[in-house]
Amino acid sequence: MTTHAPRFWRSIPQRYNLQGTHCTRCNEYFFPPRNVCPNCRRGAHLEEYTFKGTGSVVTYTTIHNATEDFERQTPYNLAIIQLDEGPRVTGQIVSALEGVKIGMRVRPVFRILGKEGERGIIYYGTKFAPLLEPSCSHDKISSQKK
Amino acid sequence: MVSGIVSYGVYIPRFRIRLDEIARVWGDGKEVSEGLRVFEKSVPDLDEDAVTIAVEAARNALRRANVDPHRIGAIYVGSESHPYAVKPTGTIVGQAVCSSSSFTAADFEFACKAGTAAVQACLGLVSSKMIDLGLAIGTDVSQGAPGDMLEYTAAAGGAAYLIGREDLAAEIEGFYSFTTDTPDFWRREGMPYPEHSGRFTGEPAYFKHVVSAARGLMERLGTKPDDYDYAVFHQPNGKFPVRVADMLGFSRQQIEPGMIVPMIGNTYSASSLIGLAATLDIAKPGDRIFVTSFGSGAGSDAFSIAVKDRIEEIRCQAPSVQDYIGSAEYLDYAMYAKHKGKLRI
Repeated sequence: MTTHAPRFWRSIPQRYNLQGTHCTRCNEYFFPPRNVCPNCRRGAHLEEYTFKGTGSVVTYTTIHNATEDFERQTPYNLAIIQLDEGPRVTGQIVSALEGVKIGMRVRPVFRILGKEGERGIIYYGTKFAPLLEPSCSHDKISSQKK
Repeated sequence: MVSGIVSYGVYIPRFRIRLDEIARVWGDGKEVSEGLRVFEKSVPDLDEDAVTIAVEAARNALRRANVDPHRIGAIYVGSESHPYAVKPTGTIVGQAVCSSSSFTAADFEFACKAGTAAVQACLGLVSSKMIDLGLAIGTDVSQGAPGDMLEYTAAAGGAAYLIGREDLAAEIEGFYSFTTDTPDFWRREGMPYPEHSGRFTGEPAYFKHVVSAARGLMERLGTKPDDYDYAVFHQPNGKFPVRVADMLGFSRQQIEPGMIVPMIGNTYSASSLIGLAATLDIAKPGDRIFVTSFGSGAGSDAFSIAVKDRIEEIRCQAPSVQDYIGSAEYLDYAMYAKHKGKLRI
């Protein structure tokens, strides 16, 4: 069978943890990572940067007719998300088929992105879901103890 | 050497199916749900498996105590639904939580108690100072053949525990295991669904092993049920943990906070560990918790846990078990079958 394992393996840091780059000179963030800062060029100071993954929905569409790899998942939402550090990424939004809104806050979630059939490797990576903040607070716990 | 829980995190998929809906399809009636004392069970999303659930639980554990993942020296993942037969789940979890590459990893399998076996392995490495922190995970997207009784309870979820020596949210005072060759439930290589011995899974399997491990630990530590504020027993359904608590002398009040099976079903390797997390979510410093897992085949691991002051500092930094239980979207049987891959095209 044909496998794309090496190609997938090379992009694991970006797919799993949104690893990009940051130019400390102009303070611009890049995803996917760039080898050259388009603003500072030779004067750039690029460092690896792992994005928090939180951001806001810029726009989205609901896919009803998907390519072969995704046809069993329809309907699903595909969005452009502006990460809090600046870059925009395209990704699926899960757990909110009806509830997606422009401007909605999202967080990263770890999901299956695809599979090489029944026998091949499984591609894991980042999708997005609505923010889930812990409901508990120190005040609430203290009041429970009284 | 004092070792224990530095942090914990859980993950429960948001989809649910009501047991009455499963019974409607198979013509079993509402008495099944009432008999099992289980009303709903969690169902993974189309793109979730034991790996994705393990990663979400592990990230919650790291976030809760703000732990540097580079401190992790071992990742052990217990599951009976590892997506790869050969390629460890722990390797993917390690990369996804940004650990260093300097850690040991292995996948554990012991039916529903693989997660607590992972905790024990981490305790050994941590207590002997061979590693700083160990990450023990129980995760499952458990399988039940269509129409089989297992289908009513086989659910999905995960729990991750960071085991260490410093900044403990809870000390593990001791553990005791009881293991025999008891063929009550199994799945042969290459088979999609497990088989079980029906009622044989009760007395000679669940009750004998849970009671023996629990009594063994209390004897070893010189404790009795009254010494504990809470207790958690493996939850294959809503009846067994209640009955075994009665047999051992624990009250309904002691097990109530950790009884999560009526709303999410049996999460297999994660079951007793999610029950413990739900108890840690409400426990106060100084409380003691008694936990006993059960894995078919068969064995039980019992733990005595003492909650420390630090629990108050870390508890609210990640979603609680109740946060996940409260966020539910219901499926009918057709969508459930699609989510579980029961439809072969």
